[in-house]
Amino acid sequence: MNLDMSQFHQTFFEEAKELLSDMESLLLRLEEDPTDLELLNTIFRCAHSIKGGSATFGFTDIAHFTHDLETLLDLVRNGKVIVDSVLTQLLLESQDQMKALLSAARGEITAAPDASGLTSRIQQSIAGVGSGPTIVPSVSEAASDDTWGVFGMPRRYSLRVAPGPDTLRQGADPLLLIERLAREAEILSVVCDTAGMPSLAEIDPEACFVAWDIELRTDLTEEQILDFFDFIADDSEIKLKVIEPAQELSVITTEAPPAFVLPNVTLAAQTRDATTPTKTNAVHQAEAQTLRVSADKVDKLINLVGELVINQSMLNEVVQDFSMMKLPRLLEAVAEMERASRELQEQVMSVRMLPIKHAFGRFPRLVRDLANAVGKKVELRTSGEDTELDKGVIEAIADPLTHLVRNSIDHGLESAQDRINAGKPEIGVISLHAVHEGGSIVIEISDDGKGLNRERILAKAIERGWVSENEMPTDETICNFIFQPGFSTAAQVTDLSGRGVGMDIVKQAVQALGGSITLSSIIGAGTTFRIRLPLTMAILEGLSLCVGDETYIVPLTNIVESIQPKSGDVRMVAGAGEVVMVRGEVLPIMRLHNVFNTPPRFKNPTDGLLVIVETDRRKVALLVDELIGQSQVVIKSLETNYRKIPGIAGATILGDGRVSLILDVPGLIHEGLGAVAA
Amino acid sequence: MAKTALVVDDSTSMRQMVSMTLKGAGFQVIEGGNGQEGLDKLKGAPGSKVDLIITDLNMPIMDGLAFIRQVRAQSGSRFTPILMLTTESGDARKMEGKAAGATGWIVKPFHPDQILKVIDKVLPS
Repeated sequence: MNLDMSQFHQTFFEEAKELLSDMESLLLRLEEDPTDLELLNTIFRCAHSIKGGSATFGFTDIAHFTHDLETLLDLVRNGKVIVDSVLTQLLLESQDQMKALLSAARGEITAAPDASGLTSRIQQSIAGVGSGPTIVPSVSEAASDDTWGVFGMPRRYSLRVAPGPDTLRQGADPLLLIERLAREAEILSVVCDTAGMPSLAEIDPEACFVAWDIELRTDLTEEQILDFFDFIADDSEIKLKVIEPAQELSVITTEAPPAFVLPNVTLAAQTRDATTPTKTNAVHQAEAQTLRVSADKVDKLINLVGELVINQSMLNEVVQDFSMMKLPRLLEAVAEMERASRELQEQVMSVRMLPIKHAFGRFPRLVRDLANAVGKKVELRTSGEDTELDKGVIEAIADPLTHLVRNSIDHGLESAQDRINAGKPEIGVISLHAVHEGGSIVIEISDDGKGLNRERILAKAIERGWVSENEMPTDETICNFIFQPGFSTAAQVTDLSGRGVGMDIVKQAVQALGGSITLSSIIGAGTTFRIRLPLTMAILEGLSLCVGDETYIVPLTNIVESIQPKSGDVRMVAGAGEVVMVRGEVLPIMRLHNVFNTPPRFKNPTDGLLVIVETDRRKVALLVDELIGQSQVVIKSLETNYRKIPGIAGATILGDGRVSLILDVPGLIHEGLGAVAA
Repeated sequence: MAKTALVVDDSTSMRQMVSMTLKGAGFQVIEGGNGQEGLDKLKGAPGSKVDLIITDLNMPIMDGLAFIRQVRAQSGSRFTPILMLTTESGDARKMEGKAAGATGWIVKPFHPDQILKVIDKVLPS
């Protein structure tokens, strides 16, 4: 049989990834509670499943490594190896190694780091038990061992039971005996032989004239079968014949299976080869496109599509020979269709939704390792892990979150001694909290540390020339300086946070997702970062506005306010062009009709409206004719349908069928300001 | 009529592979992710009967041995061939399986062809 094993690789990879992340959280729990046997069994099962799968699908590196680990885990769960911090560390490192091996097999990295040190530490732990030398059978040996077999081949018998005429009179019931036999052996067929039956006139109602021919399959011996009929044997005819020849009790085949030489199982080896990058990419892309969806969600979708189809036929029926009499029914059908399509949209969006625990999942381990590295005591608390958001957003937000958590441990929390001196509990707390708020998700990362050091931030800001020495910026302004590019106040650059990537990168990443980040910090009590993200990147909350005949959409996250300026507020400034004064702030005016070259209704800013937008702390006033309103729009990519245009983030289709462009505010400010200066 | 097989394994990839092999051999396949699911699927099968059961041993919720015992306790499945998938080639595990009521065993890792060979032995056509 020619089965392409590579078709199962994807499933195996996903499964192994899940098992490994389960294993990690279980190991962290084991650290807390080293005596929990159920925990140990589950950890063992994770390793065991990964080993089984990797060996079957030809990933011998993973199988070999995991084999030793499994042996160790087996000793641990049998109480032969004590769970201590050294062991959990070893197990966690092993789990990392398996992760690396898996990535190597997927072609994500060229090769996993050398594991010989790790393997010998594992083998030492095994050897420490005194279970003899560490001659661990290799996987390939196991494969060539007795690979399959059958316990006691059942034999087929034909049995004739012809009870003597006096059997019934003696109180025996042959049927009962046959029924009893049927409980122990598989009856294939029973034929009742009535040839011996006399005519009705001659029949003796108390005598037995019938016989049975039975075919059965069982691993009972002949003697055991005959024993059933001991009771009636005297004047009866019981004949037993083996139809299929008896075989050895245990059939063992020892032929070596070609388990690892299948041509299509060599993918793992190929992808590790740097000369075949195309294959690697193909694997990678296929992976990025898969999405695990619960059958429940798919069922709901199918259900909704079914409703739509019914709706559509209802509409068809109403529209044929339409008369005003049918108007109420038409309206009803349209309303129904509207409901079904809205639900369908919600459901389809939910297909891409995953609980945020996928992003939070990495933190227990991260916090543990970081806390150990900097010698602080840290407790991680998470809540709202089941809050769902778009898979793409989860993937994109994981790194910024990691950076924030690192920062909190490194800079936010004090050392244990400092905390005690400050009258705080010794163990610092980092909390991750996710919650839905309207159309967005809010993620809060808080620590109960010392809060931001305003003096040092201000000193840095003055040093960098962001403020002058005699300025008195507000507390909020000072705190927000940490989002400035090139900001880093860490007195000494530690291993963790001080590596170039700063809070500005975090802010950019959040903004790229259409989100925003704010912070609040109380001296001595801690710092909280609040990230607000749209639930999905495919739908955008926007403000529609019009310029001449065109409708544009500005993402709501960029909008500060809309004003109708008084004539005195609009001025021309040399070098900056046209500006507007808003409560003492001077903002450049960008005439959208000039940017997009459309004839407007109003050329004078005092006739139209100014929409003030902001990005990267730079504000611009957009001159438009009119605001239409706020709405949710589905983003269609311009790049895939046309080509990339500076200042345009995408397009959407309006209710009346017209296309409307979605403004890319950061791009626009970048492009537009240049144009004004020129 | 196509024969029906029940495949029980907590690993989706293994289950898929065994199922594909069986489907290739003309079986109708139903699947369970652990012993309990296996029992539920068996009860849901026409006449609560299948022609063949292949089960993993190490599974959460209900392991393979308990599953085999439960299957054997049901009148419709007393003689159904049950093959167990095991990573241990040692005799102790096999004897445990035999005592529970398994018909045969396959040692992991295995090639699809091996499954077909064992099936040939326990399910003569």
